[in-house]
Amino acid sequence: MPDYKVEVKNLDLFYGDFQALKKINFTAEPNTVTAFIGPSGCGKSTLLRMFNRMNDLIDGVHFTGEVYIDGNDIFAKNIDVDNLRKTVGMVFQKPNPFPKSIFENVAYGLRVNGVSDKHFIEKKVIDSIKKAALWDEVKDKLKKSAMELSGGQQQRLCIARALAVEPALILMDEPASALDPISTGKIEDLIFELKNQYSIIIVTHNMQQAGRVSDYTAFFYMGELVEWNKTKTIFTSPDDIRTQNYITGRFG
Amino acid sequence: MTRKQLKQIIAFNFFRLVSLMVVCILFIILGFIMLKGIKVINWEFLTAMPKDGMTGGGIFPAIVGTLCLIAGSMIFAFPIGVMSAIYMNEYLKESFLKKFIRTMTNNLAGIPSIVFGLFGMALFVNTLKFGDSIIAGSLTLGLMVLPVIIRTTEEALKSVDDSLRIGSYALGATRLQTISKVVIPVAMPNILTGLILSIGRVSGETAPILFTVAAYFLPKLPSGIFDQVMALPYHLYVLTTSGTNMEQARPMAYGTAFVLIMIVLILNLLANLIRRIAGKKTKMN
Amino acid sequence: MKPVKRIIEKTAKGVLFTSSMVTSVTVLLVVIFLFREGIGLFNQTSVEKHLVIAVNSANRVSALSSTEVKSIFNQDITNWKEVGGDDIEIAPKTIDDMASLFTEEELGEGFKNLAILIEKYVEENPGVIASIPESYLKKEFKGKLIPLKKISVREFLTGTEWIPTAHPAAVFGAWPLILGTLWVSLGAILLALPIGLITAIYMAEVAGQRLRNILKPVIELLSGIPSVVYGFFGLVVLVPLIQKLFKLDVGETALAGSIVLAIMALPTIITIAEDAIRTTPRALKEASLALGASHFQTLLKVTIPYAKSGIIAAIILGIGRAVGETMAVLMVTGNASVVPHTFLEPVRTIPATIAAELGEAPFGGTHFKALFALGIILFIMTFIFNTLVSTVKTRKP
Ligand SMILES: Nc1ncnc2c1ncn2[C@@H]1O[C@H](COP(=O)(O)OP(=O)(O)O)[C@@H](O)[C@H]1O
Ligand SMILES: [Mg+2]
Repeated sequence: MPDYKVEVKNLDLFYGDFQALKKINFTAEPNTVTAFIGPSGCGKSTLLRMFNRMNDLIDGVHFTGEVYIDGNDIFAKNIDVDNLRKTVGMVFQKPNPFPKSIFENVAYGLRVNGVSDKHFIEKKVIDSIKKAALWDEVKDKLKKSAMELSGGQQQRLCIARALAVEPALILMDEPASALDPISTGKIEDLIFELKNQYSIIIVTHNMQQAGRVSDYTAFFYMGELVEWNKTKTIFTSPDDIRTQNYITGRFG
Repeated sequence: MTRKQLKQIIAFNFFRLVSLMVVCILFIILGFIMLKGIKVINWEFLTAMPKDGMTGGGIFPAIVGTLCLIAGSMIFAFPIGVMSAIYMNEYLKESFLKKFIRTMTNNLAGIPSIVFGLFGMALFVNTLKFGDSIIAGSLTLGLMVLPVIIRTTEEALKSVDDSLRIGSYALGATRLQTISKVVIPVAMPNILTGLILSIGRVSGETAPILFTVAAYFLPKLPSGIFDQVMALPYHLYVLTTSGTNMEQARPMAYGTAFVLIMIVLILNLLANLIRRIAGKKTKMN
Repeated sequence: MKPVKRIIEKTAKGVLFTSSMVTSVTVLLVVIFLFREGIGLFNQTSVEKHLVIAVNSANRVSALSSTEVKSIFNQDITNWKEVGGDDIEIAPKTIDDMASLFTEEELGEGFKNLAILIEKYVEENPGVIASIPESYLKKEFKGKLIPLKKISVREFLTGTEWIPTAHPAAVFGAWPLILGTLWVSLGAILLALPIGLITAIYMAEVAGQRLRNILKPVIELLSGIPSVVYGFFGLVVLVPLIQKLFKLDVGETALAGSIVLAIMALPTIITIAEDAIRTTPRALKEASLALGASHFQTLLKVTIPYAKSGIIAAIILGIGRAVGETMAVLMVTGNASVVPHTFLEPVRTIPATIAAELGEAPFGGTHFKALFALGIILFIMTFIFNTLVSTVKTRKP
């Protein structure tokens, strides 16, 4: 079992002239949940999107520094980006199911990665939906359009979709911020379940959520990684005054 | 390299090839006509009457005719089009009327030019008894490009930031004042782009003028709006397809096609120039 | 508000409203004038004005259609029993045939005896059918005048011949023209579709800024070139090329028309399809990429399916553009009004027919009305395309 450690070394990132990340150094241990917190616009999503090279798609992004996953420089020339993205799953802020059936949504990742064995796909789809705690709600309507599901169900479908390709690391960008409290609770329970099998990095601006689900927490402020530590430590005795101010709700 | 990537590389390179082919098509057409046409172009060609059964002389009356038609159609179509767009965008809320007008405008835009020719002939030439005349042709062409003007003007008005309107109202300006002093000046460059586009369209259309104004051969200038005129596109058609000695008329045809192409090129350049200047201006604010 | 100010506001609003009604009124007027002239066709016979068709008084046939009259005079129908009469050979006679039967002396000065001679001739020959100008019809003519059936809508739409100058009865069968229009347009779309869609996809999704900056103005220019210039280019370059390539007698063919139309439809297809492809939400594309799909897979499986209705709209509008195009087609397709069998034959489209013939058709005559009726067909076709487009576009993905 590879240890899917994530390491960031001296990362500076710019959108055009605007510096969004400043000298980031960071490590996420395998099989843990790390939460990124901080006021909006501080660069959490930007950093998260480095880990599956989603920022490649944005015009005008340039950076210096290195990102290692499982010991490999993911920006090295010989890296297969598609394969990287397959190993690193991502769940987005707003649920974004494809306008296809529930089944096809989950099967999509398998199909594009060259799996064609029908039985295997079917088993994997059912498995993933079960893992995402969605099975009971959709088992009778797998052929129905995913667009008919509620927002919370859609988000769990997106998680099932990510799980189906067997990622080792899952990135979640405020996965519950567009959902109602009940759906949010379900997603949090799910993250709790998943953390035994996957490394998870989750962006959130909800402190309680970070406290509930994460082992480690990193606090960002205006493009800087101010500090990162065990979640307990960050919440009880942060080093930096800015962290303390944020946690006690004095800004953001 | 994986199969997936190989497929992608092959596909995207093929896409690029096809796109470049489209560019080539344009350059072949433009290049061919320019190369053949430029040899014919001289002062006489542009300013003399045709002679020797249209195998010699120039295309002056056709140029003048096309200018008359541009002026004639724009004089009424431009204000009506702009006003229509203003009414739709600034006065009407999403409603049945707005949907109706939009559908009708789309339908008008979809009517083939030859049907406009039939219509213009039936209404302006025959029923209103204008005869084959500049006014009949201009009205026909004007109605035809109305949707173009309306659409571009609407786009121009839509791109004006609502905060400008609200700011103006807040200062106690009436709707009309807001539109004429704030909205239109800001939207003007884009409105003008629409005007230029429709001039291009008017100068190149043949079918609507066939039976409403275009003269086969008329080596004199018009003296009023009820006169017939020659026009560049129709002249090119005549030179290539009828006439007694088409072979000798070929150089004249190349020259006429060259002039038509130049009109299109210049108008496009002008439109892009205005767009660029306008783009810079809004950025500065 | 001051009253003056209010009046100005009110007036302005009125003027603006009136302007906004111009397009609607125009569409209405187009419909009215097309139908007023075009529908009149079905109220007429296609025999030239001032011409009557006469037969022997014993003839049992009570009415003939224009097509039958034409076939009789073309000697395609040679026996009366084919049109419901007795088994007698038909002897068709135009007025010229009649006149040449008699000597100059018999005819008299200024053909003054012709009317009497015609009546006598018709009464003596049981199989005769004669087309006679009213001025040469004797008062109380003893033969039988055959009333002609009016042109029927069915006959007009399905008739396979378009011969507006046939004598004595013109034939207006729009079928070859309808087919010609559809053939040329379909051929154009088959050529333009792959090229247009691929270019649209390339511009929207693959091309870098620099290439896009080249492609955009290229497409604007392509759409700005007048159709008559395309026609000219087609005539001097494409037509000879096709003639040589396929070793044809004439290069003016449906194929030439389709190629020219394809080039002309490209900008429409590319612009609309590109806009449609751009509407695919970034979130969906990112979701696909995040699952390890390649850019190309994402394009095929997410982007294009999402933009489907917009792409279909682009196709329909492209066809619409091709169907209505006049000059370019007129110049390169050879304009033979026959039902097309291959793309290497000349064909004739509806717009080209109108453009070529309206100038010669006497105002208000049958031919004139037939051309307006063609205009109605064309109008209905494009109206259908427009309606299709708006229904397709409002459908949610
Ligand atoms: N595509 C982009 N182009 C330019 N600037 C961007 C882009 N995406 C984000 N930014 C800027 O980078 C900063 C960090 O953004 P982001 O990482 O999304 O913040 P967070 O997720 O912490 O709210 C913000 O100031 C934002 O405005
Ligand atoms: Mg964010």
